[in-house]
Amino acid sequence: MKIAVCIKQVPDTTDVKIDPKTNTLIREGVTSICNPFDEYAIEEALLLREKHGGEVHVITMGPPQAIEVLKNALAVGADRVYLVSDKAFAGSDTLATAYALSKTIQKIGEVDLVICGKQAIDGDTAQVGPGVATRLGIPQLTYVSKIREINLEKKKIIVERLLEHGREVVESSLPALLTVVKDINEPRLPSLLGIKKAAKAQIPTLTAKDIGADENRIGLKGSPTWVVKVFSPEARGGSGEMLKGELTEIVPLLVNKLMDTKFIK
Amino acid sequence: MALDFDLTEEQQMLRKMVRNFAEKEIAPVAQELDEKEEFSYGLTKRMGDLGLFGPFVPEEYGGSNVGYISYIIAVEEIARIDGSQAATLAAGNSLGISPIYYYGNEEQKKKWLPDLCAGIALSSFGLTEPNAGSDAGASRTNAVLDGDHWVINGSKIFITNSTTDISRVCVVQAVTGKREDGRNELSCILVPNGTPGFTTKTMHGKMVWRASNTGELYFQDCRVPKENLLGRRGDGFHQMLATLDGGRLSIAAMGLGGAQGAFELALKYSNEREQFGRPIGSFQVNAFKLADMATEIELARLLLYKACWLCENNRPFSKESAMAKMFCSEMYHRVANQAVQLHGGYGLMKEYAVERHYRNQKLLDIGEGTSEVQRIVIARHIGVPGRAL
Ligand SMILES: Cc1cc2nc3c(=O)[nH]c(=O)nc-3n(C[C@H](O)[C@H](O)[C@H](O)COP(=O)(O)OP(=O)(O)OC[C@H]3O[C@@H](n4cnc5c(N)ncnc54)[C@H](O)[C@@H]3O)c2cc1C
Ligand SMILES: Cc1cc2nc3c(=O)[nH]c(=O)nc-3n(C[C@H](O)[C@H](O)[C@H](O)COP(=O)(O)OP(=O)(O)OC[C@H]3O[C@@H](n4cnc5c(N)ncnc54)[C@H](O)[C@@H]3O)c2cc1C
Repeated sequence: MKIAVCIKQVPDTTDVKIDPKTNTLIREGVTSICNPFDEYAIEEALLLREKHGGEVHVITMGPPQAIEVLKNALAVGADRVYLVSDKAFAGSDTLATAYALSKTIQKIGEVDLVICGKQAIDGDTAQVGPGVATRLGIPQLTYVSKIREINLEKKKIIVERLLEHGREVVESSLPALLTVVKDINEPRLPSLLGIKKAAKAQIPTLTAKDIGADENRIGLKGSPTWVVKVFSPEARGGSGEMLKGELTEIVPLLVNKLMDTKFIK
Repeated sequence: MALDFDLTEEQQMLRKMVRNFAEKEIAPVAQELDEKEEFSYGLTKRMGDLGLFGPFVPEEYGGSNVGYISYIIAVEEIARIDGSQAATLAAGNSLGISPIYYYGNEEQKKKWLPDLCAGIALSSFGLTEPNAGSDAGASRTNAVLDGDHWVINGSKIFITNSTTDISRVCVVQAVTGKREDGRNELSCILVPNGTPGFTTKTMHGKMVWRASNTGELYFQDCRVPKENLLGRRGDGFHQMLATLDGGRLSIAAMGLGGAQGAFELALKYSNEREQFGRPIGSFQVNAFKLADMATEIELARLLLYKACWLCENNRPFSKESAMAKMFCSEMYHRVANQAVQLHGGYGLMKEYAVERHYRNQKLLDIGEGTSEVQRIVIARHIGVPGRAL
């Protein structure tokens, strides 16, 4: 089976710093990593390939340094990787990004499955996956925690979705797009041999022209979203309080306090 | 543009991978393995899966052939988390795989290397004897040729990776005769574990590297085929010295990585622990300790990487590897000591990883040539009168 995986390079959250004056992300000196959810997406694709055969194609859209996440994808075993990069993409919002990714996938050709992460840890919108599915005209299965069954002949897939109040089992036709959560697998580490191969690899760059993108649908032109302001919300006031005593005493006390503050009714 | 401190992309990816592995798979179990003196077959296999055994061995024998600097980075990253696992890896490579790869014939390499590189078998290097430690040339274990077999008698002590369930072969240094100058002729012979007359005993009660395997070996009329000779007869002493030159780099890497780990723990703790209403790291005396640690680690890294660079470029590196081994070990000693000091009483408790650093550090001053022996090696290289003995 042919699987496309979309991955995004994001700043390493543990050392993200916000410029106190401009309220924007300080990018200098911040290390970048592969969006953690996307590592699960790659792993699931590799597991599927091990089971059903086929190819894993990994795509990222971003600046030239995003090549790093593609090298990691190669090191763990992706068959082909693509960097979608062009000045024309600058300023793309989720709509334009989803469009560009869908064009890239069409360029790769008939895929059976597209896998994305649940969301990116920087943008956090969780819009890109569904956006890609919409533009490809294929079903979207979000928050997938398990693939129960894939039948390539009958072109169907059964997955479990992780919802707030439980799991939902859904059957869909193929091709489809999945966005995956961390329960789905445990991403592997690359081996030294994999790293060696990846470090040497030349990675092809696809421009807006290469993927046949309409210039009015990418970059700032294709992005109706306007970022007015980015800021960290102010910390809520109030202070902590330690409840001491026997459980039988403090539990009702806690319940009363929560009712008083209207956290529960 | 001759000086270049950048690691290659491959080396950076490798460091990231090994760091991930050590943090996710070794750190959670290191303390318990140490406490129970338990050798981990699982982690050894994992290190094999990741390609960490045989980094200087070509792919045709199952190695990954990524070079010495990459190897040293891997040991460094593992030692940052745990000395015992770093010992299994470093000894497995530098003492176990290296003599077979560098001195073995094609048949020996094909026979042993693939499983050793896969982490499903271990080989060991039997040099030290009860009466021959620093004076390694004083080995008494002897091998006599009897028809098509070597007959070996004697014993070895403190041999890493020699008595696990997957220890498959030991490279034994033995006296095989007298040289013309009257000194002992030494040769290395491959002795498979399980050969009749070859018995082993695991050594327990170590203060250091408790989850690494150390054994005593006994040879009593142990017969192995003549072809088990490694390289040429009489080359044993030279092979041993060359093996130790490489081994020293990996011991130095353990010192560097261990110091890095202990320093990071100390820095974190100094930021978190408050006394007198402020983080203890904000007292100048403690901030200066941390500054000294960071500086020493940087110095050690420069020295070690330079030694590795010489090795990788086929230049003489014996002096530099002795310097790196000595400095990295003694530096780790100082850093671990101050790291525990900064932890106060908590640093003496086993639940704090810094306690393990404090113990493990001591091995490095002693194993693979004591600090004194390194100074002898260095002194000879810099042209002091006599042999510095
Ligand atoms: C330099 C820069 C400028 C920007 N300018 C604007 C702007 O002007 N207006 C605006 O609205 N936004 C802007 N953005 C934000 C950008 O549009 C979003 O980061 C991007 O669309 C992805 O959205 P998200 O992070 O919410 O991803 P999500 O939708 O949360 O990601 C879900 C999944 O989609 C996939 N995915 C997401 N992004 C990519 C990608 N690039 N390549 C491959 N797969 C991907 C991954 O599988 C990911 O797990 C900018 C970002 C950058 C870095
Ligand atoms: C955990 C562990 C693992 C080991 N693994 C291996 C292994 O895999 N293979 C192997 O062959 N060996 C191994 N060894 C042995 C190790 O290499 C020896 O312990 C080391 O070489 C020192 O020898 P020794 O213990 O006999 O000390 P000694 O040589 O008796 O030294 C005692 C003291 O005297 C000093 N000294 C000796 N000679 C001189 C001199 N000329 N000038 C100044 N000072 C001197 C030493 O520096 C030291 O301080 C291991 C040891 C340990 C503890």
